[in-house]
Amino acid sequence: MIAILDYGSGNLRSAQRAFATTGEVVEVTSDLAVCLEADGLVVPGVGAFQSCMSGLLATHGDEIIRARLAKDRPTLGICIGMQILFETGLEPSRASGGSTAGVGIWPGSISKLTAPILPHMGWNTVKPDEGSMLFRGIEDQSFYFVHSYAATESVGSFQAWTEYGQRFLAAVEDGALCATQFHPEKSGAVGLRLIKNWVATL
Amino acid sequence: MTLSVRIIPCLDVTDGRVVKGINFTNLVDAGDPVEMAALYDLEGADELTFLDISASSSGRETTLDIVRKTAEQVFIPLTVGGGIRSVGDVDQLLRAGADKISINTAAIARPELIAEIADKFGSQVLVLSVDARQANTDSGFEVTTHGGREGTGIDALHWVEKACQLGVGEILLNSMDADGTRAGYDIGMIRAIRPVASVPLIASGGAGTLADFASALDAGADALLAASVFHFGIHRIGDVKGYLKGAGYSIREASIQ
Repeated sequence: MIAILDYGSGNLRSAQRAFATTGEVVEVTSDLAVCLEADGLVVPGVGAFQSCMSGLLATHGDEIIRARLAKDRPTLGICIGMQILFETGLEPSRASGGSTAGVGIWPGSISKLTAPILPHMGWNTVKPDEGSMLFRGIEDQSFYFVHSYAATESVGSFQAWTEYGQRFLAAVEDGALCATQFHPEKSGAVGLRLIKNWVATL
Repeated sequence: MTLSVRIIPCLDVTDGRVVKGINFTNLVDAGDPVEMAALYDLEGADELTFLDISASSSGRETTLDIVRKTAEQVFIPLTVGGGIRSVGDVDQLLRAGADKISINTAAIARPELIAEIADKFGSQVLVLSVDARQANTDSGFEVTTHGGREGTGIDALHWVEKACQLGVGEILLNSMDADGTRAGYDIGMIRAIRPVASVPLIASGGAGTLADFASALDAGADALLAASVFHFGIHRIGDVKGYLKGAGYSIREASIQ
């Protein structure tokens, strides 16, 4: 069973449908026990870093993520769901001012891309490290991005990179914890393949 | 590693059907928006846009149903526009499976709506649709409502500038003069608006020849929307992408099998 963490962020139906194409049972939930015990947990996220973080804390999503990692249970962050795994988000917000503390599994901060036109919106090619599990069979493909902030320093065991104005992290594999800055659930057949690759590891 | 140009078919929907004399003879249900969305997805569309042009509330319910059904089988971004007036309307469409929504008239009537939607759902869900035509304003282009029938006197350039500050995530620039002519995108309008749009710019209206698509990109568009050339089968999405690739633009290749 795959749980999609519902902490008030975004269009979860499309994520649910995309993960359900693998044949797995997919539940959108904020139930702690279900999220802890699920074979795989997906942490989605759209909007702003600060609002996602406050939603995550309100549903104890940060504790769920840490508890799952302590038990090596597969967890996948998507878009802002990737960003909040880092120490700090530099996206300004009315509530927090200049920056917001993330869950802090990975070191470093999420900074604004240096590009004249933002958001970075659309399909961009992603270059994964050799031996990547997530990108097996889809090593040289485009995925759908919508964001203005990103991680630029390497973390985890395998990285995938892309470029818009500057080079940044498109995906990370770090043991049980994986994350993508792009939206696999919106990246057509290629995205569904990535989801299938992840589900195959559960 | 380059961001690809986006090719976006637009489906004008009223009471559950894509309107006008669509001629997809190889489809079982020729004017069904869900079937057409799935076909365009297969052909390599980078996004899809549904424009609800029905005015009735039953039409609205039908559109929600179409969005639900499309989102079930199409895993590319889906934008829905037409008649959206409130944060509640946006919420309803996003829950049905839309990834982005586009607003036009309601934002002109009450610009704060832009900030309200952006605050609640993030700028990335919000496309500002700007229906503009040549007029005697500062930039030479005026914003219109009601499908170009009513002028507002608002200068298109000033409006786009303001909307970007208020928090739109994207601009859909429709030329009312070029719309439906297939005489090419409104290059002058794209050139005029591009410098003040800090967000991605989608060109719309007038696509005819394959070269028209390239001209709009040269003028500064990030994405290209078209309706009739695709619906009437004048070009397939693959033809446009093949042409643009040959001309040196970055496009997304057809999906893996």
